[in-house]
Amino acid sequence: MAEGTKTIEMEILRYRPEQDKKPFYQTYAVAFDNDWSVLQGLQYIKDELDSSLSFRWSCRMAICGSCGMMIDDVPRLGCRTFLRNYYPNKLRVGALEHFPIERDLVVVVDDFINKLENIKPYLIPKQPRKLEQGEFLQTPEQLEKYRQFSTCINCMLCYAACPQYGLDSKFTGPGILALMHRYNSDSRDDGRDERLELGHSEQGFWGCTAVAYCSEVCPKSVDPANAINQNKMGSAVDYFLRFISPQGTAK
Amino acid sequence: MSAPMDKRRPYTRSMAGWWKRDPYFIRYLAMEATSVLVAVYALILLIGLFRLSQGELAYNGWLGALKSPLSIGLHVLILLVFIYHTWSWFKVMPKTLPAFYLGGAKVRQSVITWAGVVVALVLNLLVLFILAGVKP
Repeated sequence: MAEGTKTIEMEILRYRPEQDKKPFYQTYAVAFDNDWSVLQGLQYIKDELDSSLSFRWSCRMAICGSCGMMIDDVPRLGCRTFLRNYYPNKLRVGALEHFPIERDLVVVVDDFINKLENIKPYLIPKQPRKLEQGEFLQTPEQLEKYRQFSTCINCMLCYAACPQYGLDSKFTGPGILALMHRYNSDSRDDGRDERLELGHSEQGFWGCTAVAYCSEVCPKSVDPANAINQNKMGSAVDYFLRFISPQGTAK
Repeated sequence: MSAPMDKRRPYTRSMAGWWKRDPYFIRYLAMEATSVLVAVYALILLIGLFRLSQGELAYNGWLGALKSPLSIGLHVLILLVFIYHTWSWFKVMPKTLPAFYLGGAKVRQSVITWAGVVVALVLNLLVLFILAGVKP
C-alpha cells in the first residue's frame, strides 16, 4: 500500500494472550491519504510497521460485517470510518466492547453465533414446500413488513452498544432479536411460536431497557430497538391471553 | 504425544463505570432518573388527597406547605425534569410501535415523537385553561 501524505497517530488496543496479562494501547504513526478508512490504516500497520497486529476484515465495503471495532469508544465498521474525520487528532481503536478479547482487535464471538442458531434464523413454512409448487410469492406490502430487519450483516456493533448485554450476557441482544422479528414478520414463515418462547422470556424482548443506542450505531439502519420494543406489546397481550385461553403456547 | 497446550486466554473487560463511556449512556441514565422525581410529584399529590380527606384544616396546612420557598424550588426543579421526561418519553415512543404508513409513505420516527410532544403541550394548555376558569 502506497504511503499517504498526512500522518495520523493511531492508538491500537493490543492483547497477546501468550505474553500480556491485560490489554494495553500501542501507538503507531500512520501516513495516510484522504480516502483511507480506519481499516486501511490497520492494514498499513500490519504490512509496514508491525505484522503481529491481529484484526478481522474481509469485504472492505460494509457488507461482510467483519471489521466492527471501537473507534474513539464508538462501535463502528473500520471500513466505513475515515481517518480524515479524526485528523489532526489521534484516534483510538479498540476491540468491540462486551465481548471477550481473543487477541488484539479480535473478539470471541461464540456466544453470538450460538444465540443466532437458537432463534432458527430461517423460514419454517407450515408445510414443506415441493419444487413443483414454484416460488413463494409475496406482495410488496408483505416484503415491507420485514425488509428493514433483514438487512442485518451480523457485525455485532449493536452488541457493543448495548449495556444490557455487557452487564448480563444471558440477554439474547439486539441484532439477533431483530432477526427473530424479521422471520416472525415474514408471510412465508410459520415458526413464530417456536421462536417466541425465547422472545417472550427475560432473555428475550424483556431484557431490553430501551437504551436504543443499538439503533444509533447500526450501519444498516436495521433499528433493532424498534424490532424488540414493538414485540413487548404483543408479548404482554400473549401473557394476559393465557388466562382466557390456557391452550395457548405461552408457558 | 501430549495434547497441544491451549494458548487461548480470552480477556473479559470489566463493566465498572460503563455509563461514563458514552454521552448516550449518560442521557439514558438521566432519562431513567427523571422517573424518581415524577414519582416524588405523584407522592406530593397523593399526600394532598390524603390531607383533603382529613378535613379543611389539614388540607389548608398542605396548601400552606406548598407555598414554602423549599417547596417552590422543588416544584421548579420537578417542572424542568418533567419537560425532559416528556421529551425522552416521546423519543422512545416510536421504538415501541410497528411502522405505519400515511399516503403510501412510512411515517418517520421524528414525526411520531413531535406529534406526542404537541399532544402533551395541547393537553397541558387545556388543563391550565380550565384551571384559570376555576374561581378559588
